[in-house]
Amino acid sequence: MARKMTGARMVLKALEDQGVAHMFGYPGGAVLPIYDEIYQQDKVQHILVRHEQGAVHAAEGYARSTGKPGVVLVTSGPGATNAVTGLTDALMDSIPLVCITGQVPTHLIGNDAFQECDTVGITRPCTKHNYLVKDVNDLSRVLHEAFYVALAGRPGPVVVDIPKDIQFATGEYTGPSKVRHKTYNPPVSGSQDAIRAAVELMGGAKKPILYTGGGVINSGPAASQLLRELAHITGFPVTSTLMGLGAYPASGKQWLGMLGMHGTYEANWAMHDCDVMVCIGARFDDRITGRIDAFSPGSKKIHIDIDPSSINKNVHVDIPIIGDVGHVLEEIIRVWKARSAEADKAAQKAWWKQIDKWRAKKSLNYKKRDDVIMPQYAIERLYELTKDKNTYITTEVGQHQMWAAQHYHFEDPNRWMTSGGLGTMGYGLPAAVGVQMAHRDALVIDIAGEASVQMTMQEMSTAVQYDLPIKIFILNNEYMGMVRQWQELLHEGRYAHTYSEALPDFVKLAEAMQCVGIRAEKPSELDAAIKEMIKVDKPVLFDCRVEQMANCFPMIPSGEAHNEMLLGDAEEEGDIKEAISEKGKVLV
Amino acid sequence: MNTSPAQSHYQSQTVSEQVETHTLSVLVDNEPGVLARVIGLFSGRGYNIDSLTVSETEHTAHLSRITVVTAGTPMIIDQIKHQLERLVPVHSVVDLTVVGTPMERELALIKVASKGEARVEALRLAEAFRAQVIDASTEHFVFELTGRLNKIEQFIMLMQPLGLVETARTGIAAIGRGKEPM
Repeated sequence: MARKMTGARMVLKALEDQGVAHMFGYPGGAVLPIYDEIYQQDKVQHILVRHEQGAVHAAEGYARSTGKPGVVLVTSGPGATNAVTGLTDALMDSIPLVCITGQVPTHLIGNDAFQECDTVGITRPCTKHNYLVKDVNDLSRVLHEAFYVALAGRPGPVVVDIPKDIQFATGEYTGPSKVRHKTYNPPVSGSQDAIRAAVELMGGAKKPILYTGGGVINSGPAASQLLRELAHITGFPVTSTLMGLGAYPASGKQWLGMLGMHGTYEANWAMHDCDVMVCIGARFDDRITGRIDAFSPGSKKIHIDIDPSSINKNVHVDIPIIGDVGHVLEEIIRVWKARSAEADKAAQKAWWKQIDKWRAKKSLNYKKRDDVIMPQYAIERLYELTKDKNTYITTEVGQHQMWAAQHYHFEDPNRWMTSGGLGTMGYGLPAAVGVQMAHRDALVIDIAGEASVQMTMQEMSTAVQYDLPIKIFILNNEYMGMVRQWQELLHEGRYAHTYSEALPDFVKLAEAMQCVGIRAEKPSELDAAIKEMIKVDKPVLFDCRVEQMANCFPMIPSGEAHNEMLLGDAEEEGDIKEAISEKGKVLV
Repeated sequence: MNTSPAQSHYQSQTVSEQVETHTLSVLVDNEPGVLARVIGLFSGRGYNIDSLTVSETEHTAHLSRITVVTAGTPMIIDQIKHQLERLVPVHSVVDLTVVGTPMERELALIKVASKGEARVEALRLAEAFRAQVIDASTEHFVFELTGRLNKIEQFIMLMQPLGLVETARTGIAAIGRGKEPM
C-alpha cells in the first residue's frame, strides 16, 4: 500500500520494514533530515561512531556475527570517502551491507559544492552495486532493492546516495516487494548433472580433501551443519581458508587446520598431493594457492560457488557447481547416500596414514620461553581461558591475525571476524563494537597488534558510550611484525619504518578513554591478567608485551608451491633470506 | 582504448593459451552510469577493449545494447562474460563469436584533401569500395564507408598516400545470423 511521506521518513520506514534494529553512522549536513527522523523514532537504534570507516567495519562485524545485513549512514563528501575502505573490505570478503550516504541537493550536483563528491563514481568499483536517487518516488523501491542486492547471491556492500532535497521532498512509499528482480537473479541450486558427476568423482577418490571457505559461513549456519555431515559420511579430511574458520569444528577428527600461506604443513601437503579436491565456497585466492602452476598438480577439482565469475578465474576446475553452498551440499549428501558404491576405504586409510605423518611435523610448534611471552603462547592461553564462554573473536591484520587463526580454535561459524581479502589494519576494533552491539552478553575480543589498533583506536569511545565491554588484546611487539617479516625475506632485514616508535602507554590511554588498561609482561602473570580482563565489565585495552622478533610460521614464501613450505626452525638455520626466489620477490 | 592484458604476477606464470578476439553483445538497462560500470570493469580488471559501441535499441523498455570487441585467452573471455553478467543492470551477455560467425559492420567517415591525379584516384577507389561522397570541394572529399573491419582498414590504408587527413569511426555493431534474437 502506497503512502505519502518525506524521503527522510521513507529511509527510516524502509529500514523498519527490512527488520533493521541497529545502524552505525555519523551525522553531517547532507543527512540532517534523516537524523531528524532517527531522533523521532525508537525502532532503529543508531550507534554513533567516531569515524566513518569505523561505522562500516562495525556494520561488517555486526553482519558477520548475525548473518543479517549491516546498515551504515554517513554524510556526503568526506563521510562517503571515509567509508570507502570499509566498503572495499566488505566487497572483498562478501559481507552484506547497505550504506546510505547523503549527497548535496540535486541542483548542486556537479557544481563542486561544499562536501560534494561523486559518491557513486568513487564507490562504483568498491560496491556490489550503487544508486543515486534523483526522484523521491524511486527512493523506497531503491532502498528495498539495495537490501535484496546486498543479500542475494554472493553478498556484498550496496551504496544508496540520497541528495538532501530528495530527503525533504514528499513522495509515495511502497513496502518491500516479492516481485522477481528484472535482471539480478543469481542461481541457488546447482545443476543435478554436475552434482551427480561430483559425487561420482568423490566416490572414487583415493586421496580426497574438502577445501572450504567463507561461502560456507555466508550460506548460513545450516550450511556448516551440512558440511559436518558431508565430512562425517565421506570421511574426507577438511581444511579451510582464513574466511571459513569455524564452519568445521577445530576439534573435529578430520580437521587439518587452516591452509595457505600461513596454513599448517598437513593442510598444504594434503592439498598438494590430493587426487580429488572439493572446493566449497572458496575462491582459489593467491594466499591459498601459492605458485599457481604448481598448485595441486595431480587432482581433479570440484568447485561449488554461487558466483560464476569465481569459477576458472585462477585455477581450472573439472566440475563447477554454481549454487548456494547449503543447497548444493544438501543435494550432494542426498545423492551420496542414495548411491550404492562404497568409498574406497582402503585407499583412504593409506591417505590418512600419510596425513598423520605430516601432522607429526607439528608445524605450529614454537619454542616456549619462561622469560618472555611468546605471541603464540598468548593466543593459546587466551583460547584456553575463553573457549568455554560465549566468545567472538575479531582481529586486525598482520602476524597477530595469523597467530590467532593458527592457535585460536573455532568450533562454530560466525564466531571469527577478520579482514581476509583486503587485509585492512584497523578492522578489528570497530568490528568488535559491531559484534558486541549484536551480542550484548557475549565475550567479544579483538586480537590486535599495537600498530593496527592505532588506526581505528578512536572507536574505544564508541564502546564506552554504548557500554560495550569489548576486549582489545594487543600482542605488542613494537613492530609492524608482518611487514618486518617480509623485510627479512626480501630486503636483508633492513627494517624501513616498521618499528612502532613513540607508542602510547596503552594502560594510561585506556584510563584516559574511560576504559580499563591491563598489562602483562611475563608468562607467569599472563593467566591472571587474562582472567582479570574477562572479569571486567568495561572495554579493556590489554597490553600484552610479547617477544619482539618472533616470526609467523609455517609460511609458504610468495611464488613457491605448497610443498615448499618454511617451518619455524628455518629461522635458526638462516635460510629465511634465501627462501624466496627472484621471481617471487615481485609478488605481494 | 587498449589497456594492458589481464595478467597478475600469478597468472603470468601460467598463460600459455592463445589470445582470441571475441565480440560480445551486452543488453543493459539504459540508466545513468551503466556504461561507466561496464568500462570500469574492463579497466579495473585489466581486460582489453578493441572496440565499443553503445546505443539505446529498445526505447519503451529503456534497453541499450553494448557491442564490445575484446581479446584474451579463452579463460579470460569466459571471465569477462561472467563479470559482466554479475553487474546488476545487465540483462544478458552473448558471446557472438561463440554462437556463430557474427555479422559485424562499422561505419567510417574519411576526409581526404588532395588535388589533381591523387584526387581522381581517391574518388575512383571510393567507387570501387562503394563509399559515398557526403561532402566535397575542389580540394577535398568526405567519404562515408560502411562494411567489415578489414574493408575499412584497407580503404584507409589506400587513402593514406592520397591525402588522408582525418578519420572518424563508429566501432563495430554486430548481430548473430539466423532468425533467432540474442
